[in-house]
Amino acid sequence: MIRLLAILSLLSSSFAYGAELSAVQLNKSTIAFVSRQMNVPVEGIFKQFSAQISIDPTKPEAGRARIEIDLASIDAGSTDANDEVKGKSWFNTREFPKASFASSEVKALGSGRFEALGKMTIKGKTLESRAPFTLKQEKGVLILDGTFPLKRLDFGIGSGLWSDTSVVADEVQVKFHFVLK
Amino acid sequence: MTTSARYTFTAIRLHWLIAFLIFAAFPLGLYMSDLELSPLKLQLISYHKWLGVTIFLLTVARLAWRAKHTPPPLPEAMLAWQRTATHSVHHLLYLLIIAIPLSGWLMSSAKGFQTVYFGVLPLPDLIGKDKALGDILKEVHELLNYGMLGLVIAHVGAALKHHFIDRDGILARMLPFLDKENRP
Ligand code: HEM
Repeated sequence: MIRLLAILSLLSSSFAYGAELSAVQLNKSTIAFVSRQMNVPVEGIFKQFSAQISIDPTKPEAGRARIEIDLASIDAGSTDANDEVKGKSWFNTREFPKASFASSEVKALGSGRFEALGKMTIKGKTLESRAPFTLKQEKGVLILDGTFPLKRLDFGIGSGLWSDTSVVADEVQVKFHFVLK
Repeated sequence: MTTSARYTFTAIRLHWLIAFLIFAAFPLGLYMSDLELSPLKLQLISYHKWLGVTIFLLTVARLAWRAKHTPPPLPEAMLAWQRTATHSVHHLLYLLIIAIPLSGWLMSSAKGFQTVYFGVLPLPDLIGKDKALGDILKEVHELLNYGMLGLVIAHVGAALKHHFIDRDGILARMLPFLDKENRP
């Protein structure tokens, strides 16, 4: 239902602003992250996600985004790690298959930089969060790039033994790259 | 006592320090690789990598020493084949204590886990992430280690034979406290 509303509002808004772009090129977009294990940066990605984004480069403040990540599609860097992070103490993908972000506001930070504010839901927990990003127009596409720190323990990701942040740091850098047409 | 010339203190210190670190890194490697993924495993792998890099650096220093010094001569009584065997084992051991850490470093790079020495100094990844290559390098690391285990057993066995059977003072050249006649 929420998704339907989002799509409807997305459709209606694209009528209102001709320059608005909302077709996310999923095969060219990525959601990646870097965690620190014993101070070693380890890269990972989510291979499957859906993204409804609509943004008018001349009026980014009116933009909206709703991202949904299929957590079981994680590649955390090794086979062992992939099995581990789907388990109960990490994402518990059986009970919580998806993580989502729904924007409520986009703020201009100046010099081509913006910030999306909204609600992040992971493992059944919803927190206000913010994701700064840049916009770049290139050969008929619009590119959104951003990085933000996420504190995994705020969402109970990696509990029990794994909550020892001297081994796996609390802060994880999340990097997103969306290509819109 | 057939020969009293002994190794320099630099050589003796490096030899025993490296030996001691290898005796720690080897069982640690065996133990940690069989553990299930856990915070302990991640810690031990890091300690193992730091130990291995230390061994590598000390070995580079040791080879630099070796390039400028000739070890004391072997006892006259040793046969030609024994001399050849001695030199071969020593050279192979040098080769392995360079090749083993290198294979570990390359394996880590191929597996996508950089080596950050003591958690502060990131070492460059000489090769990019490549899972299949990482698996091969793990096998290489393991095989080289078993090769080294065989050589170390031969090396220790020969040292003990020289000490207890031949009684030619060879072990005391590397372990001066055994040298009762020529105490410094
Ligand atoms: C002389 C130095 C070293 C010794 C004696 C040594 C010895 C070993 C041994 C015996 C194993 C277990 C092999 C097996 O049964 O699978 C092992 C595993 C391993 N070594 Fe080393 N190693 C040395 C240096 C290094 C270095 C410098 C690194 C990395 C920078 C390294 C990284 C690893 C890793 C990551 C494993 C675990 C492989 C896995 O289970 O996935 N090692 N090592």
